[in-house]
Amino acid sequence: MSRLEILKTYKIYIGGQFPRTESGRFYSPLDKKGKPLGNICLSSRKDVRNAIVAARKAFGSWSERAAFNRGQILYRIAEMLEGRKEQFIAELIQQGSTKKNAEEEVNLSIERTVYYAGWCDKYQQVLSSVNPVASSHFNFSVLEPTGVVGILAPQNTSLIGLVSIMLPVICGGNTCVVIASENLPLCAVTFAEVLNSSDVPGGVVNILTGTNKELNETLSTHMDVNAIVYGGDDLEALKQIQENSVLNVKRVFSYSKDWNKADSQDLYMISDTQEIKTTWHPIENIGGSSSSY
Amino acid sequence: MATKKKNTEHVSDWNYSPSLESTSHLNLKKRYDLFIDGKWVKPSSGVYFKTINPANEEILAEVAHGNQDDVDKAVKAARKAYTDVWSIMPPAERAKYIFRIARLMQERARELAVAETLDAGKTIRESRDIDVPLACNYFFYYAGWADKLEYAFPNRKVESLGVAGQIIPWNFPLLMAAWKIAPALATGNTVVLKPAETTPLTALILAEIIEESGLPAGVVNIVTGHGDTGAAIVNHPDIDKIAFTGSTNVGKIIQKALAGTSKKLTLELGGKSANIIFDDAPIDQAVEGIVNGIFFNQGHVCCAGSRLYVQESVADLVIQKLKSRMDSLYLGNPLDKNTDIGAINSKEQLETIHKYIKIGKQEGAEMYQPKCSIPTKGFYCAPTLFINVAQSSVIAQEEIFGPVLTIQTFRTVDEVIQKANNSPFGLAAGVWTDKGSRIFNLSSKLRAGVIWANTYNKFDPTSPFGGYKESGFGREGGLHGLNSYVKLS
Amino acid sequence: MKNKLVKKEIIHPDNIYSPSIDKVGVEERVARFQSRSIKNESKLQGLKIALNMIDLTTLEGKDTPGKVKQMCYKALHLHDVHPNLPSVAAVCVYPSMVRIAKNEVKGTGVKVASVSTAFPSGQAPLDVKIRDTQFALDEGADEIDMVISRGKFLSGEYNFVFDEIAKIKETCGKARLKVILETGELATLDNVRKASDIAIYAGADFIKTSTGKIQPAATMQVTYTMLMAVKDYYDKTGIMIGMKPAGGISTSKLALHNLVMVKEILGNAWLTNEWFRFGASSLANDILMQIMKMETGVYQSSDYFSID
Repeated sequence: MSRLEILKTYKIYIGGQFPRTESGRFYSPLDKKGKPLGNICLSSRKDVRNAIVAARKAFGSWSERAAFNRGQILYRIAEMLEGRKEQFIAELIQQGSTKKNAEEEVNLSIERTVYYAGWCDKYQQVLSSVNPVASSHFNFSVLEPTGVVGILAPQNTSLIGLVSIMLPVICGGNTCVVIASENLPLCAVTFAEVLNSSDVPGGVVNILTGTNKELNETLSTHMDVNAIVYGGDDLEALKQIQENSVLNVKRVFSYSKDWNKADSQDLYMISDTQEIKTTWHPIENIGGSSSSY
Repeated sequence: MATKKKNTEHVSDWNYSPSLESTSHLNLKKRYDLFIDGKWVKPSSGVYFKTINPANEEILAEVAHGNQDDVDKAVKAARKAYTDVWSIMPPAERAKYIFRIARLMQERARELAVAETLDAGKTIRESRDIDVPLACNYFFYYAGWADKLEYAFPNRKVESLGVAGQIIPWNFPLLMAAWKIAPALATGNTVVLKPAETTPLTALILAEIIEESGLPAGVVNIVTGHGDTGAAIVNHPDIDKIAFTGSTNVGKIIQKALAGTSKKLTLELGGKSANIIFDDAPIDQAVEGIVNGIFFNQGHVCCAGSRLYVQESVADLVIQKLKSRMDSLYLGNPLDKNTDIGAINSKEQLETIHKYIKIGKQEGAEMYQPKCSIPTKGFYCAPTLFINVAQSSVIAQEEIFGPVLTIQTFRTVDEVIQKANNSPFGLAAGVWTDKGSRIFNLSSKLRAGVIWANTYNKFDPTSPFGGYKESGFGREGGLHGLNSYVKLS
Repeated sequence: MKNKLVKKEIIHPDNIYSPSIDKVGVEERVARFQSRSIKNESKLQGLKIALNMIDLTTLEGKDTPGKVKQMCYKALHLHDVHPNLPSVAAVCVYPSMVRIAKNEVKGTGVKVASVSTAFPSGQAPLDVKIRDTQFALDEGADEIDMVISRGKFLSGEYNFVFDEIAKIKETCGKARLKVILETGELATLDNVRKASDIAIYAGADFIKTSTGKIQPAATMQVTYTMLMAVKDYYDKTGIMIGMKPAGGISTSKLALHNLVMVKEILGNAWLTNEWFRFGASSLANDILMQIMKMETGVYQSSDYFSID
């Protein structure tokens, strides 16, 4: 006798918790055959706000955490992804992928996670500098995370796009609020479950589902978001985001890459959401007068 | 003991005789045209505006007001120079041109310094010892990068962007021109630069130098004018990059104007930088750092240390020492080599500063200004302290861009970090303490692009400069400054 | 001066607040003084002030009465070609030469300063130092230039250094006491500041940089640091302390820069030889040459200025 299956409730992910949207609304994106994928949370402006508050709260300890430790956590994400591989493949197939493509996408997502995990304690060394100023000062420039980053995940993939643009952001010590692909949201929700079981502190990554138009607006106008990473391909939407970003001089980066390609990953995606901080300190010159007398 | 001869030369007032820098070697033209495509061309509108000496309100010269047509001409020249010459020139040759400009600037350093002082009101000591030599050094520094760009971006191919439109402010007219032009040229871009309307002269002398250097026509174009000239540059469709230094308000307008375009943008905007004094600081050097932080260039410095935080246990001492130090500052003719505080750049800016001083008084803060005689002609403002200021005071939050310092006290490290970061800006911060671990703690927690520890207001071509948050984005100077002018593939 | 009447408060050396010093910051500050432009009337006036602040000095093992007499004559007749020149402030000699010097300058207002306390090393027991000082006073010295025990200072025995100075001050009575820190041996500006504070609080009337036997001597950085100690003490107590850079100041330009520093830190009140001195021997002629150049319009030769 067949057993009655327990259906999954798709939730959003804020501050390490899995609430339903505070609005109580949902939407039902359809698969290729026109069948609803499920009841997906239609997040509201308030959900975005809550997510940003959670991200800001998590920023201090995440950005100050040892780079090695951030790396460990990213490696852990890869391990958890590996363990959930079958679920992701099934969801990708449910959202229209072929089995082969789905497998490749999940595999690449895992490889990419390992790639950025490895960068966590290295990008600083490659991109920092000691600057030979002409005065008697020691001067060095280091990278620091920009802060809270709003991420609009690519629309045309469910998993690899989100992974590809989110990882460089948190690898660099930022925290983020991710708006998942509107029509392919399933993997984003499952990915939140992976994060939750990977020692990623609550609030470092917050994932919302819903209509992009509504959420983009709130995210890009919010005064406590420092940067926006745009993975979509709607130039009008991008322009609107850029205009909204003026409110608090947000940095806006947009990427249009084929995320399914193995080399759609690099160091400079990490440095985009980094600030350069330069510090000066005098060097005492002992051993006699160095003045003109 | 009987004294035949009084052996004490009693002196009650040994003062410095006026020591004016000579202006005789500066030959300003009566009228300056636009420098476009290697030639001096009249503005298409025929309109010229006057630039005055803010120290005495005398007219220095007439300067062309470039309009949209002129900007278009300049961009076309820059595009042509980019395509035909500059982008295909071997980088090592580019380097030599930039080097040559640097040398010629050095040769005309004295002239540039005097012109800067006359046009901007800044003291000759600063323009002679800081602005001009630093400007030369930026050219020297970036000259050397031109043929080494692949070392700056590991694993990437480096390409120039094309035509860069650059809009610079009036506080460091020549230095800002150098910050903009030198890296743009080194990376293979061509330039259309607009100096600020109150301080166009040194950029125009720089244009003469560029002309003399034999730099191919159109590689650097200088278009003087007002805000509309700047807007024409920002909105020109054939510009690939905008670099702007100026107020946050204008920066936001530019950011908005560029939304939806592929133009690359760097913004170096306003600040309200915290300067933090701990009780174990080298106190006399800290006081010097406070003075240098806020009174350098009359406080017309985007990274001025305008919010002073002093640990309560030394607050009285620091304030007493600061007042005493302020009493020894000389305010007056910027051309006098002994002047410490020169003229405010414009009447408009003086009014802004006065507005804030008035607000400060209304807010109930205790004001201190040393007794100094203010010249009757020209725009001057005495160095000003506000004591007992609250974090919520307007004068502690908004950028004044003048010699006005607000002082707040604090008790603990965490408190001061929180207060220092409690601002929409994030350009710079100062930290004064003898404790190394505390310096590193603060320098990593303060959200600002430049941290001066036990020093303040230091600049160097090798040192990246730029802000967090509403102080802008992108860096100028150093290796990281190259990033603003290249695309990587 | 009313300031002299104020009785100094005795403070235990452990309780003296000596701020730490950042050397690079001091160098930058000093560079600002050096960039002052002193011209025309203010230069001439400054040169004359500087001339009047000189302690003309001979401190050599080979000093003889003959040498000291010549120097004293020079002190009183700097350049007789020029009628309106001030004399120097004092002559500075070893205790054995005090009586000779005293006789030479008697009644002129030029003071006789004597080094003491086993100058220049200071490596003698306290009772020897007291006797050395007492001898110089008995011979007629108006001022005593003592040295501190640098070895004790560097080994952290600040109380010892403090007490020694206090004892010598007691011996001096009315004679003014200059305390030589020998900054070239103290190595850091933090030490210079601490030693300045100890000397001032222990009773020094003047603090002095160097013996002239050790390099570097009176650098602008060191003098600046000591002037700041004088200023802090004055701001706290209202009591004026004198300052004497000694050694290495041989040009008019450097002397003027020192005056600029005194003026801008302490004010014009210190610009007399009561509160500021130069310990120097070759400075006087350089100043004289500058004065003559300004008055005649032509550059001078040292052949025209007597060396002693």
